[in-house]
Amino acid sequence: MPRITMREAISQALWEEMERDSNVFIMGEEVGVWGGSYAVTKGFYDHFGGERVKDTPISEATIVGAAIGAALTGLRPIAELMTINFAFSAFEHIVNQAAKLHYMFAGQMVLPLVIRTVGGGGRQLAATHSQTPDVVFAHFPGLKVVSPGTPEDAKGLLKSAIRSDDPILFIESATLYQSRGEVTEGENLIPIGKSKIQRPGKDVTIVSYSKMLETSMKAADQLAQEGIDVEIVDLRTLRPLDMELVLESFKKTNRAVIVEEGWRSYGVGAEVSARIYEEAFDYVDAPIQRVAQKEVPLPYNRDLEQLALPQVEDVVKAVKEVL
Amino acid sequence: MEKNEYLELFHQMILIRLVEEQATLLYQQGKIGGFLHLYIGQEAVSTGLISSRHSQDRVITAYRDHGVAINCGIPVKIVLAELLGKVTGCSEGRGGSMHMADVGNNFWGGHAIVGAHLPIAAGMALGDRYQGRDSVTICMFGDGATNIGYFHEALNLSKVWNLSVLWVCENNLYGMGTSVERASAVSEIRQKAEGYLIPNSRVDGMDVMKVHEAAQKAIETVRSNRTPYFLEIETYRFRGHSMGDPERYRTSDEVKCWQDEEDPIGIYHKYLLDNKIVSSGELDVIEKAAEQEVQASVQFAESSPEPLAEDLYKNLYVEME
Repeated sequence: MPRITMREAISQALWEEMERDSNVFIMGEEVGVWGGSYAVTKGFYDHFGGERVKDTPISEATIVGAAIGAALTGLRPIAELMTINFAFSAFEHIVNQAAKLHYMFAGQMVLPLVIRTVGGGGRQLAATHSQTPDVVFAHFPGLKVVSPGTPEDAKGLLKSAIRSDDPILFIESATLYQSRGEVTEGENLIPIGKSKIQRPGKDVTIVSYSKMLETSMKAADQLAQEGIDVEIVDLRTLRPLDMELVLESFKKTNRAVIVEEGWRSYGVGAEVSARIYEEAFDYVDAPIQRVAQKEVPLPYNRDLEQLALPQVEDVVKAVKEVL
Repeated sequence: MEKNEYLELFHQMILIRLVEEQATLLYQQGKIGGFLHLYIGQEAVSTGLISSRHSQDRVITAYRDHGVAINCGIPVKIVLAELLGKVTGCSEGRGGSMHMADVGNNFWGGHAIVGAHLPIAAGMALGDRYQGRDSVTICMFGDGATNIGYFHEALNLSKVWNLSVLWVCENNLYGMGTSVERASAVSEIRQKAEGYLIPNSRVDGMDVMKVHEAAQKAIETVRSNRTPYFLEIETYRFRGHSMGDPERYRTSDEVKCWQDEEDPIGIYHKYLLDNKIVSSGELDVIEKAAEQEVQASVQFAESSPEPLAEDLYKNLYVEME
């Protein structure tokens, strides 16, 4: 299998789906002539033309709102929000329109809509441009929230998302775009709403996703040198949340660490650990640990920023805590 | 217009008035929950407007939507069933007063967040353009919605992309209890379209024939020029913003003056007789029939079943887990 970057994997998924279905089109800020602010849609404008790769004004609410409208007419829009930090300007249309219309109008309205966006810190963009508010969006029933951690998953999940008839927020990680991984050649649709064991092990369960999957993998490598065998469950989708593999793994290891890039309070760790306690209480051998971002607006200064973000050492320490 | 078309406009306005009066009673009896925004006084606006559309033209509106729903072809009994939260309602009791829709009749709701449906309307027009349809999207909203950012984003996009949207502002002079003068930099709302180079006009919304003519012209302008148009329709709501509005922001004399001199049904009644289009006897027959239809519809709604508890999660997703 070829090893390609996350950026290439996402770009391939978009390209292939646009080639396959003329109802698929992209709209967003700088997606066309510029080629995408993260170069994901580079070359698309020349190949597919301006009607299918639509540059929009800086109007996030209307980017999502108009994509909803286009979806209602039977198209399959991919609305791109340049970063998830700008999704707050489109919050109404993501959580109060996209997430509601199908249910509230008794199934009359169908929204085959993907909202692609990018999150995460670590690039010295300071507090307003560095957030990981994934759980904020995952809070809302009616929306699906997908966030892949490997190129293989990114490609397969994005293709599934584009073919889905449900509104999906697809969150990429800016600092993962250059990461490489093996990607199956040809069609490989990965079902939305299924977690995956990214590393099998027997001593402790790490639950993570997206950028923190990479961090957790590095921590697992270090721990392996000390003879600690870590199993890593990648959630891949935050809503609907698939707990099956997490619970299966936990019942085997009886110990868990949950690693996320966003803030700890009300986070993925809070949700997943609560569900483990609710559904596998008898298997708990140690208090579940949560690794997350320190609760400050992320600072610009490089050292302070890294201090606030979850690091490999934080994961290693948390794993030792539960053993 | 043919005689039956004149009569149909009268029929629809009467139906809306009677449904809203029934809704008032049902609300007072505690059978309708939540908010209830009545269309009494504004019947000529959507009746004149929607009678001008072709079947391929989409309609989307705000939360004061019962009249629009009826004009778009949702049977009165289905509207009343939705108000009562019954499974026979157009949204199967999930939407209520503010969220009615009938996609089969190209009526796309009933949207309760002020201004939020304007970008959606732009997107529907984009979708139709993309797929080569010559549909017009008719997007209705109140004067209050012209002060929120979504309005400006959506108007701008519609012009930049030359989308076939007819923007229709129902200016009833108050956004809840705040008058247009106290909330908007311009009280002639159509002026806001000027900033986006969108052609526009203003029409008296208490005269259904004037609305109908202005709307016909506007819809065909949009269709043939493939550009947006902005129509401001001046109107007045005879009741409060919603039920339980103390109406401290306007005097009862002001309301009475509008009711006495500007009642859209009275104006149209007089127009039909003055122009000898119909006899008063024919209008009485229509009125009686409408009363019977509304009574039967109330019975239908009241005797309809509630949604089932096991259907709580129905339609949460197309693809369920």
